[in-house]
Amino acid sequence: MNSAPAEQPHYLKPLLKSPFHQCMRAFSQLDSFVPWAGYTSVDVFTSVEQEYFAIRNSATLFDLTPMVKYRIAGPEALAYLNRLVTRDVTKIRTGRVGYCVWCNDAGHVIDDGTIFNLAPGEYRLCTGERQLDWLLDSALGFDVRIEEVTEQIAALSLQGPASCAILKRLGLVGVERLAPFAVGQFTWSNMELTVSRTGFTGDLGYELWLAPRGATDLWDALMAAGHLRGIRPIGSRALNMARIEAGFLLPNLDFVSAERTLRPGRDRSPLELGLAWLVDFGKGHFTGRRALWTEQQRGIARQLVGLDIEGTKPAHNALLYSDPAGKREIGSVTSATWSPTCKSNIALAMVAAPWFRTGSVMWADIYLNRELVWERRMARAHVTTRPFFAPERRRATPPADY
Amino acid sequence: MSTLPASARYDALIIGAGHNGLVCAAYLARAGRRVLVLEAGAAVGGAAITQEFTPGFRVSAGAHLLHLMPARIEQELGLSQHGLEMAATHLPTMALHASAPPGTEAPLAWAGGAAAHLRPPAGLTPTETAAYSSYTAQLSEFAAALQPIFEGTPPRLGTKAWSDKLSWLRLGWQVRRLGRRHMRELLRIGAMNVFDLLQEHFADPRLQGALAFDAVLGSNYGPRSPGTVLTLLCRAAAQRVAGSGGLRQPRGGLGALSAALARAAAAAGAEIRLETEVAQILVNDDRASGVRLRSGAAIQAAAVISNADPKRTFLELLGTAHLDTGFVRRVHHLRTQGMTGKLHLALSGVPRFGGLSDAQLQGRVILAPSMDYLERAFNSTKYGEYAAAPTMEITLPTLSDSTLAPPGAHVLSAVVQYLPYALKEGWEAGRQRCLETLIKALEARSPGLAALVQGAQLLTPVDIEQRMRITGGHWHHAELAFDQFYMVRPVPGAAQYSTPLPGLYLCGAGSHPGGGVMGYAGRNAARQVLAQRGKP
Repeated sequence: MNSAPAEQPHYLKPLLKSPFHQCMRAFSQLDSFVPWAGYTSVDVFTSVEQEYFAIRNSATLFDLTPMVKYRIAGPEALAYLNRLVTRDVTKIRTGRVGYCVWCNDAGHVIDDGTIFNLAPGEYRLCTGERQLDWLLDSALGFDVRIEEVTEQIAALSLQGPASCAILKRLGLVGVERLAPFAVGQFTWSNMELTVSRTGFTGDLGYELWLAPRGATDLWDALMAAGHLRGIRPIGSRALNMARIEAGFLLPNLDFVSAERTLRPGRDRSPLELGLAWLVDFGKGHFTGRRALWTEQQRGIARQLVGLDIEGTKPAHNALLYSDPAGKREIGSVTSATWSPTCKSNIALAMVAAPWFRTGSVMWADIYLNRELVWERRMARAHVTTRPFFAPERRRATPPADY
Repeated sequence: MSTLPASARYDALIIGAGHNGLVCAAYLARAGRRVLVLEAGAAVGGAAITQEFTPGFRVSAGAHLLHLMPARIEQELGLSQHGLEMAATHLPTMALHASAPPGTEAPLAWAGGAAAHLRPPAGLTPTETAAYSSYTAQLSEFAAALQPIFEGTPPRLGTKAWSDKLSWLRLGWQVRRLGRRHMRELLRIGAMNVFDLLQEHFADPRLQGALAFDAVLGSNYGPRSPGTVLTLLCRAAAQRVAGSGGLRQPRGGLGALSAALARAAAAAGAEIRLETEVAQILVNDDRASGVRLRSGAAIQAAAVISNADPKRTFLELLGTAHLDTGFVRRVHHLRTQGMTGKLHLALSGVPRFGGLSDAQLQGRVILAPSMDYLERAFNSTKYGEYAAAPTMEITLPTLSDSTLAPPGAHVLSAVVQYLPYALKEGWEAGRQRCLETLIKALEARSPGLAALVQGAQLLTPVDIEQRMRITGGHWHHAELAFDQFYMVRPVPGAAQYSTPLPGLYLCGAGSHPGGGVMGYAGRNAARQVLAQRGKP
């Protein structure tokens, strides 16, 4: 994949190119790529809005290959994972996928990801950033093998109401029986194709995993099968709008990995990130358990919540105040967007106690650039439940034929 | 204990009957706790033990001199009532000369007696004698200032607890009391290497070599290694804490000390089981609840206190599944490989070293004639070899204690500094050749010694690891270095004898203040366990 000569210094090496690179390039009007985990990745193909609406109304392809993938296998793989992450991995049965976070000793989140239970003693962990150092140190004392397999697996996310219909048309018999967070093995074009009903959009959607040599054929076949249903490739910016609507967190935006923070107090615990449902104190020991137990007994000082903000202007990076005069600062917005589907101005925000309770009212300090003149608005906001958008179709099994 | 579960028979289980484990047991038992000490070996003592190495010849197989054990602990536990007797105290120190043919140049000789190391040795020029006096005067001031470090539990950083703040204040006050000039000097030399320090003070290579030897003894350091002034200050401070007995030799070897400690513990009500190996520390509801023995039996207790080294305790006996990754990472990174071995010779007569008298030979003879000699010996160890010109602390314990050998026969016990843990050719293959090298080096200093040898034993760091069950065979359990010292010893999160797992404690040399037969780790650990009473 990377043809750079060995003697080239690492900082001069080009980023890796996904096996879908040429396919994406052919569809890209802007030819715009951004770095992601050592790969080039598309931020926008044509326009963010068109791509966003395709997620909610038809079907979309997003290249997931740069997602860092680890194979975790061995007799103690389950015990290892259960000590690594905060949730009870024994409850993720074979053929299922689970969202998870893992913490350092202080109970602060290092990263989030998804655990695929592919077979007994055979797991895959997908995460946004490289974590091998922590994963290997966590393996001390466990009979488990950990290897990074990112480059050995091409991955493509197919999201949108028409996604199931397109996979059926592709010839994946029985794919409609995959329940949310289920993973299944299919044979397509004489190749093994792993399909999981997972995604980052909060909508009906699937993620497809296969050997890189089949990547371009799969891309072409999906584009052909979805042609009449308006399938289109999307970049990370449209996906970001959908994930905020779905209420999902993005590392480095909604929290900073506890292994990366420099300033004290910038780490976040899963309880603070509103992920208490992912923390299982009853399953036995896991890294950070004692610190999280103490934090839970003491009560959290802040929490990540969803905000519904008046007006239509996204509250990007807005500071939050308890009063319209802006005297008492109580938090800040981490992710914000106008939600075209909900027709509301939504945001994720870190808010101090006691204002993080649902229904609490606060004011967001929004700055608007109007033809190079900055205006400031104090917009009323209230804490609302997440996800902001949760269509029935994301859960329906089998999904309707859109 | 008020929180003791009904099923538990013991308040405290102590894993390992090393001297620290026994000290800890004795203090806990005296405080009314029901204590059980579990020892895998056939005798108590750990690395403070007397063993037969050749039929009829016995030797202190680990530590062979007593100089750091505080009089306070001996008195509090009544060790003399429990049979501890000294064969000799205030032993002298001799430093052999480098290149002069034996007998032609007198070794440097520190006389015995109270605070012997503070008085200049015989054989120095007047300039060196004056330099020695001012050097030791300053060193004792520093040792006095650092004394609080050695007696108490290290404070924690970043807490609001008064006990922690008081520890800091006490240490700060002690250092501040030195006055501006001495305080500045302490801060200047604190992180230096002992080579540079001794170069500043002295010109006599014998003196430099002997003083540097004590700074590197038992550690993975050469005189030029950073942090060797710290180890020098540690030894000086610990000796000051120990009191005025100087270098001592218990009658019956160091094993007699351990036996007296065991009797003191037993008299206070502690139970000691030998040949009872612990296989696993049991955990119940995120709390140490007892141990499982190699035999399969389980014993419950409210507290489990490990005299084993930190790696064995956490990585093997407890298991990483009960610990956080960051903590395990720190324990895994502990530097625990030893570089110090023991040579034991059964001799048919008394060997002669230069012109040393029998009285002088009762003490210790240091073969470290210069700092460069030491550094060269250290160099070879770094690359998996032992030195052709070895460095040793030699004693002839039978000159003071005839119980250790048949009548007329003698035992030579030498600490051999700089034997690599991982010998390039492997110890299986290299042992005999190394033994011959050591005996040859002794023969060069003591002609005729080789002919007296009736039996010989070499304990490499690997032997020490296996026989004394110390991971890496390091006699401090973990290297004594700034990053493994005081409030970060052995690792942050376990530096106050308690560990991240409630109910599990450390009491061995891996904890502050470290190795050497001192007993403070055991005493401090007992205090920590007692302070936890009633806490969940």
